[in-house]
Amino acid sequence: MLARSDDPALLLIAPTGGGKTLAGFLPTLVDLATTSRDHDGIHTLYISPLKALAADIKRNLRTPVDEMGLPIRIDDRTGDTPASRKKRQRADPPHILLTTPESLALLTSYEDAPRMFAGLKRVVVDEIHALADSKRGDQLILALSRLQVLCPDMRRVGLSATVEDPSAMARTLACHPDPCEILVADPGPAPDITMLDAVEPPPWAGGGGAYAIPAVMAQIRQHTTTLIFHNTRAQAEIFFHNLWLANSEGLPIGIHHGSLDRQQRERVEAAMQRGELRAIICTGSLDLGIDWGDVDLVIQVGAPKNVKRLVQRIGRANHRYNAPSKAILIPANRFEVVECHAALQAAKDHDLDGDSRGPGPRDVLCQHILIRACAGPFDADQLYREVTTAGPYTALTRAEYDDCLTFCATGGYALRAYDQWQRLLQRPDGQWQLRDPRAAQLIRMNIGTIQDSDKLKVRLRRTRGGKPLGEVEEGFAASLTPGDTFLIGGQIVRYEGLREMTVEVSRERGRKPKVAVFSGTKFATSTQLSHRILRLLAQDDWPDLPDHTRDWLRLQRDISQLPQAGQLLIESFPHNKQEHVVIYGFAGRNAQQTLGLILTKRMEELGLDPLGFVSTDYATLIWGLEPLNDAAPLFTPAALREGLDSWLTGNTLMKRTFRASATIAGLINRNSPQARKSGRQATFSSDILYDTLVKYDPDHLLLQVTREEAMRGLIDFGRIEEMVARVENRIELRRLPRVTPLAAPLFLEAGRTPVDGTAQERLLAEETERLMQAAGLTS
Amino acid sequence: MNGHDFTFADTTLTALGSGALYWRAQELICVSDLHLGKSERRARLGDATLPPYETQDTLSRIEADLHRSGAKTVICLGDSFDDAAAVDAMPEQTKIWITQLQAGRRWIWIEGNHDPGPINLGGTHLAEFKIDNLAFRHIADPHQKNEISGHYHPKVTLATKGRSITRRAFLIDACRVILPAFGTYTGGLRSSHAALQSLMRPDALAVMTGPTPRPVPMPR
Repeated sequence: MLARSDDPALLLIAPTGGGKTLAGFLPTLVDLATTSRDHDGIHTLYISPLKALAADIKRNLRTPVDEMGLPIRIDDRTGDTPASRKKRQRADPPHILLTTPESLALLTSYEDAPRMFAGLKRVVVDEIHALADSKRGDQLILALSRLQVLCPDMRRVGLSATVEDPSAMARTLACHPDPCEILVADPGPAPDITMLDAVEPPPWAGGGGAYAIPAVMAQIRQHTTTLIFHNTRAQAEIFFHNLWLANSEGLPIGIHHGSLDRQQRERVEAAMQRGELRAIICTGSLDLGIDWGDVDLVIQVGAPKNVKRLVQRIGRANHRYNAPSKAILIPANRFEVVECHAALQAAKDHDLDGDSRGPGPRDVLCQHILIRACAGPFDADQLYREVTTAGPYTALTRAEYDDCLTFCATGGYALRAYDQWQRLLQRPDGQWQLRDPRAAQLIRMNIGTIQDSDKLKVRLRRTRGGKPLGEVEEGFAASLTPGDTFLIGGQIVRYEGLREMTVEVSRERGRKPKVAVFSGTKFATSTQLSHRILRLLAQDDWPDLPDHTRDWLRLQRDISQLPQAGQLLIESFPHNKQEHVVIYGFAGRNAQQTLGLILTKRMEELGLDPLGFVSTDYATLIWGLEPLNDAAPLFTPAALREGLDSWLTGNTLMKRTFRASATIAGLINRNSPQARKSGRQATFSSDILYDTLVKYDPDHLLLQVTREEAMRGLIDFGRIEEMVARVENRIELRRLPRVTPLAAPLFLEAGRTPVDGTAQERLLAEETERLMQAAGLTS
Repeated sequence: MNGHDFTFADTTLTALGSGALYWRAQELICVSDLHLGKSERRARLGDATLPPYETQDTLSRIEADLHRSGAKTVICLGDSFDDAAAVDAMPEQTKIWITQLQAGRRWIWIEGNHDPGPINLGGTHLAEFKIDNLAFRHIADPHQKNEISGHYHPKVTLATKGRSITRRAFLIDACRVILPAFGTYTGGLRSSHAALQSLMRPDALAVMTGPTPRPVPMPR
């Protein structure tokens, strides 16, 4: 590290637990050891994706610095830092400032940013793999491009866990055209991963893994500290509740996820560090490098969906560099047995997955331009040169950049008549500035690219000040009626009412809770893992799989057939007086969902009267009133493309994608000095705005961005195109008399999406006629 | 015109799928609760801002009904504007659009609780309006008969086989017709709400709006 300390940019890749964070700070400490008494202002900026990580590093860095007796001042600054301390930091910055991308963006928006960052020498970006795949990373790199102009000598260091494409990450971090070198550390011994072989087979559907509670309890007893990862917060809550009921010895077990209140999370973190907990139930909130001390087992409940994340999670166990990590996978349902098995093989083969990202998204650039304007007048040419040094934006054309600038200045063609979107003006000297300096407050309040779905705080009623328990999603809160019970932070609470933006609850003992459906992130199974699953299904037999799963697959092969990589299997059968179609696309949850939307629209046009659909990572089940006898017209690439285009105009997912981009680009403000806009209000207004732009300004910048976003993320059309390319026109439609083994679990899946259309009109006609007849009113 | 014909006070009226009421014999269209300028008003009052195009959306739907029906008289049944200031704040373009819609037609603004008093736009401003034996007013008067009103934004939810469907709805009984809200930014009050229950007679019908308007006994 020290030998490379003068590189303009350096990427260090080491497995979790390799001590890379300290390595990243080494040149800083060496430099400050000699100069700290003379160094004014910030010397090194450390950026982590998590607030908790910044706080943790502060503690870990303090110890060696104090032991060496260095007069180095270290402080963190995140959304959780009190305002008084933030103010002090701006007046008198510490030598090492630990922060997050959002807090950094905010810092660069102040007019005194040049003064505050005047002495900056180094930037350390920790866990850059967790940022580089997201808009948070794009925003960070843009902020660095700004800092680089303020401090031309600034050196960049990126610290990353094992990734599939180090050079892509180096390109992201580099200040172009300067290079970014890559250092790869020894990956250490191969991990010891197994799949749980429980006495009871996993259920047919669902994702909770409750069947495995006794086995998990046994593992906790045998190990010092166990981390139990879940894919969603709701599942983590339910699992924690059940585990606690089974915990007859009263072992200390905690829960940690992003919806819990900060104080609660901090209590768990502290207990964990003191080594007081035997197990901790967690979600992605613990994915990153917080040092948890003596974890000797990682359990992953539910299929990991993504091999890279699995490997990184497994690395949480055993923070000693030279010992193998130990991990157990627990499939939550029958299909996940297959998926876990495929993931396990991939991890053993070091076959990591990852989708390459396109150029940097322009909504983030729009926000960057507004942030730049907050800091003072700027020159458009200079800012263009600046942003094109940022890895994700090197290919940005001047025309694209000008579009963004125009959007920031006027809101775009359709909105130019409205005052609230006229934000920038060009001065006589050619510089751009905020039209109304007061707008800076609003822009600063809305900095960030994280699209938290809309959350409401949960508090106990009639406690003074109301002790916060955590947060639930607004949609979940809306579904509650007083008296309903749900789980939060491992306790059952009773819903009392909604007061302003707070869910009021009281404690409730010993009742079975209504399921907490606040969902957290749902990941889609990666392309690489899906391909592995298809290869696994193509085997003649499955000696490595448990008998129950093996029998299930054999039965499917006898009754229908197994899906294959080179063709698209579609099953069509009647069930329960309705017609059903199953499309085994293996395109991941989001793309299968999109496929459901496009196909039902097409089926509507073909008179098949679809009623609804449900999707999983491997298949989509559609039900309706008429049978599907010919699949070809549904699956031509042109038909699907047209489906996406025409469907672009009306769909709620598209609107949600638009809302995210519109919020990032500053068209919609989530926060305002008056009041926080509730999620429903934001949805309401962004939906109409979306319809308006589609109608009056279809080429609006944000609609272009929305279409680009539709290729990935929630809509993931790119995966549908991949599927179509993979199967070409080899479509195998099987008409069967009844539900098939592979289709059966789909009937138990939650998250059914209804289809509005002819079928709805047919149902409404039937029902109104029935009611009129019953009332004796038929004409 | 896609509509549901019904007889009310010896007169044939049509509930249109759009939520407008059409009186063929009089070549008359009645729409209620447009709430034009709602987003502007919210922005003015410092509430969370809504985007501004809802006025265009509402007007373009009125325009479509006028073209299809060729109506010569238009009654806006109150709460046409979210408040009096919303009229003044309306962009010139929108005012011109309204004037164009009014050209060659008799246009009557009935006062509502949101827009009492005169407004600075063409057309006749009335507290209520009587034609033949029918009275048009904003809020239903429980002691009157043969009246057509709005104000409550009624909607109806039906549980059909497999899913429940909610639509804005006309409420109709022997004494009165209550129109659904026509404006883009308007919520709804379920027909089962006490206010509507006490106002409407037990044998009232609801006509659900949508591609095909459909009558159903008013859900209680």
